[in-house]
Amino acid sequence: MLRISQTVYDDIVAHARRDHPDEACGIVAGPAGSDDPVRFVPMTNAERSPTFFRFDSTEQLKVWRELDERDQVPVVIYHSHTATAAYPSRTDVGLAAEPDAHYVLVSTAESGRGDGPVEFRSFRIVEGEVTEEEVEVVRDGS
Amino acid sequence: MAVEVRIPTILRTYTGGAKAVEGSGATLAEVIDSVERTNPGIKPRLLDGGDLRRFINVYVNDEDVRFLGGLATSVGDGDVVVVLPAVAGGA
Repeated sequence: MLRISQTVYDDIVAHARRDHPDEACGIVAGPAGSDDPVRFVPMTNAERSPTFFRFDSTEQLKVWRELDERDQVPVVIYHSHTATAAYPSRTDVGLAAEPDAHYVLVSTAESGRGDGPVEFRSFRIVEGEVTEEEVEVVRDGS
Repeated sequence: MAVEVRIPTILRTYTGGAKAVEGSGATLAEVIDSVERTNPGIKPRLLDGGDLRRFINVYVNDEDVRFLGGLATSVGDGDVVVVLPAVAGGA
């Protein structure tokens, strides 16, 4: 199960809406071993594409170094689908390299950049196997 | 010419769990060959058909080697090579 604060949930959704129709991507960092996503880090999609994303490599190195310095890990790795469902594509599964991360997918297919509904789902991707998990959004401070 | 090579979690099965290993060589290609000699099996995870794999990022002193000379990038004593799997996907 993914437990995530309302604030971080809203940050991810806002990023996905803002970058629509391109895919948005980023991480939510948390203390190593905690499974607690607390620090929202939006990343640049170097592909600037509606069908593909890739973290900008220079930015990724900088962010990964900060993780090491703070003893944090990418608890959540998120990206958006802008024309399809919030489910990992074959490419997403093939490239998933973090078996301990929660892979969050947000679909803005219905909302676009507007206020309409978005799909928000979370998955584990381990050795090519996708397992959906429950998402619990908790009010801040609880 | 000792070079420190930092290994991402997913490839530490080839380094006995080590986060960093020592390599040597005048170019990135030579450093990778030297690391393969002490950590067999790691090279095919970095290279595909003589080129760096598309979804593996390699940095020499914090510069993505794609913006330098790729596998021909020069390395020197005390340089740091970082390997990071790209975070990527597509709809």
